[in-house]
Amino acid sequence: MTGDKWIKWVWVSADERTKPRPPGVLIFNWLLAFLLLALLCFFSFSQLRYNWNWDTVGGYSNFFWRGWLNTLRISSLALVLSTVIGLLAALARRSGLLVLTAISRLYVELVRGTPLLVQISFAFYVVADAFHFQNRFAVGLFTLSLFSGAFISEIIRGGIESVGGSQLESARAIGLTRLQTYRYVIFPQAIRVILPALAGMFANLIKDSSLLSVISIEEFTWNAQQVSALTYSNFECYIPLAIGYLVLTLPITLWTQWLEKRTRYET
Amino acid sequence: MKLKVTNVSKSFGDQAVLRQVNLELEKVHTLALIGPSGGGKSTLLRIIAGLEKPDEGQISLNDKGIIFREKELMAHRRSIGTVFQAYNLFPHLTALQNITLPLEKVHHYEAAEARQLASEILERFQLSEHSHKSPAQLSGGQRQRVAIARAVSIKPKLLLFDEPTSALDPEMTAEVLQLIEELREEGRDLMIVTHQMGFAHRIADQIALLSGGRIAELGPPSQVLDEPRSEVTRQFLAKILKY
Repeated sequence: MTGDKWIKWVWVSADERTKPRPPGVLIFNWLLAFLLLALLCFFSFSQLRYNWNWDTVGGYSNFFWRGWLNTLRISSLALVLSTVIGLLAALARRSGLLVLTAISRLYVELVRGTPLLVQISFAFYVVADAFHFQNRFAVGLFTLSLFSGAFISEIIRGGIESVGGSQLESARAIGLTRLQTYRYVIFPQAIRVILPALAGMFANLIKDSSLLSVISIEEFTWNAQQVSALTYSNFECYIPLAIGYLVLTLPITLWTQWLEKRTRYET
Repeated sequence: MKLKVTNVSKSFGDQAVLRQVNLELEKVHTLALIGPSGGGKSTLLRIIAGLEKPDEGQISLNDKGIIFREKELMAHRRSIGTVFQAYNLFPHLTALQNITLPLEKVHHYEAAEARQLASEILERFQLSEHSHKSPAQLSGGQRQRVAIARAVSIKPKLLLFDEPTSALDPEMTAEVLQLIEELREEGRDLMIVTHQMGFAHRIADQIALLSGGRIAELGPPSQVLDEPRSEVTRQFLAKILKY
């Protein structure tokens, strides 16, 4: 093989980057990436003096399952709720009612500018306590949704504002109502801008749900910590924890990539 | 159409665009609005389209006063077809869907009925082969013709064109102007803001020249373009005909 042919397996020149790659080349490079990662992990762990104790931890697998399912439950609910909150906050910001605009801005800036950990503690130990509300799950779900909703509202607002004024004018000229304009003109165009950012946000939300362990919501991380404490082991708990979150976040990324392709149109 | 504009004024900020405009026309099919940029012709058209509210004054169309309140304006806009300079069409919809959207959602046609009507109009405009293309796949001229098809499909009482060919090259300009001329020959009422003096001469019954927010001259093309009475018109024509 000449050097010129060999280079095609690892390098694409700038003018060929839009072309699809041959499947063989793709598989080769993915394997290469995995190999590099595996080498790094292998080297790091080989330097570690650690008594692996998988058997003991394995006996607590039902803890992991229960926690993972709870995280799945709370994340899916928060995903829907935060999108609704984000949408409402974005629309409130754009509404003509000045007090709504002010509330929306105050909400977004306060929530985005403070740590989730503080918000969760404050919501549960101060606000919920004041109203004698003891449902940890509900408080956790709501706080997490409010937190993500603030970011999502900015993502949605950016998407809405990316739709040009001439489009709104056309919608007005053909006689669409405000609601119809959002439904048939703004959202279908804004969604292209919104989706990629939203995917990242949803993955964050799932990982952020781990912080709910501080108010003893029995989600994935909380359960892993329990097992860790019971068995005096660390990595045997953290590795399944990492994989468990990846199993949740990866499908979201793939799903939005597929959606992005479906909603694509030329401009 | 019968059009009466009474003392209409409009300012944007401290910029007065229309100053006490008066216009009275009986039985005119095609009105062309011409004049220098910033003279107020587009603003007058947009007020008649129900897209802008005048600061003062009244407008009546076919003996019916336009009520400048949002609810009434919406109904007014729905009875009129407006075509803009460019970017009329929705990029996420096909040519056909661009036409069926207002038919279904605004004029309450059944989906099949709307598709049928839209297809017929596209065929009449020789655009059938482009029905399922998105605006990005169409040429500028085809896009404008689809936009005109959308405006015509709702059976408007009046068609308004705001510089419909200003963003097009000469060849495409010709195909769009030809279509507008055909619509005129069908006897439709239309009003057009244009910089194409030859075209205005061909199709207009009446031409109004707006300059400095006032109507400088109003009359048939043979008067306004060939034997202008006003000094403003003479200067305007001298300027644009120089090159």
